[in-house]
Amino acid sequence: MNLAEIIKSLNLKIISGKLNPETKIKGVYVSDLLSDVMGNAKAGDLWITLQSHKNIIAVAELKDICAILIINGGQPDEETIKKSREDDILLLGTDESAFSMAGRIYELFKKHELL
Amino acid sequence: MNFGFPMRLQYMISGGDFNNAGAAASSLKKILKQLSIDSELVRKIVVALYEAEVNVVAHAYSGLINIELDHEKILIVIQDEGPGIPDIDKAMEAGFSTASEEVRSMGFGAGMGLPNIKKNTSTLSVESEVGKGTKLEMIIYLNT
Ligand SMILES: Nc1ncnc2c1ncn2[C@@H]1O[C@H](COP(=O)(O)OP(=O)(O)OP(=O)(O)O)[C@@H](O)[C@H]1O
Ligand SMILES: [Mg+2]
Repeated sequence: MNLAEIIKSLNLKIISGKLNPETKIKGVYVSDLLSDVMGNAKAGDLWITLQSHKNIIAVAELKDICAILIINGGQPDEETIKKSREDDILLLGTDESAFSMAGRIYELFKKHELL
Repeated sequence: MNFGFPMRLQYMISGGDFNNAGAAASSLKKILKQLSIDSELVRKIVVALYEAEVNVVAHAYSGLINIELDHEKILIVIQDEGPGIPDIDKAMEAGFSTASEEVRSMGFGAGMGLPNIKKNTSTLSVESEVGKGTKLEMIIYLNT
């Protein structure tokens, strides 16, 4: 599913990184536990989390996660933003909850017959 | 960099330094990608290394990583100075964690690190001496 479409229809904020209009996500993983993401997220996933510290970038980079969506208005610090640029991980933000984000993305996947 | 085989790499880990946790795994990933190793396999290797690295950061004082890569396998040895693990079988159980509240609030401490290492390696051996430290030795075969 096209990431640009998700960003647009959910009105997500791009905190850092440049959105490639061609970027597609294969799936979504929702978790706030880093070793759960390490064990269970898939390459090409969008990762939804409330964590906003620097370690999430390393996790995303190692797992080939294409973008991180930080929920509940979480604000990464300067160092995290800098590392996301270095590692080419798109950082997205929303004031809404994980439930609302996951639900709406699920609907979009269904609409495009990807589920 | 010269990629002669066997290739040897060494990294240091500082306990408590969450800011740099995962640096060795990231560095290894770049090297493995340059060697055109299958990306699924690269992810397995770096997940195992990352979890071992973070365990030294979260639970020990300092550590040393030694990696040896040849055409068949990658051998990773992580030796730390730290409190050691009193009951290794228990530590290997999914969900078992002694991580502090502060470490947990960052999303560590799910008790999934050692199970992740086990899952992603061909062989894993854990040796530990309470009050001294812990040594993890893992092998991942490249042509699985
Ligand atoms: N290098 C180490 N030195 C001392 N204790 C360790 C070490 N590695 C693991 N342990 C012990 O084993 C437990 C389980 O480790 P494991 O990596 O599975 O989970 P965790 O580190 O607590 O949480 P997670 O890895 O999910 O963030 C730890 O909580 C700790 O008590
Ligand atoms: Mg761990």
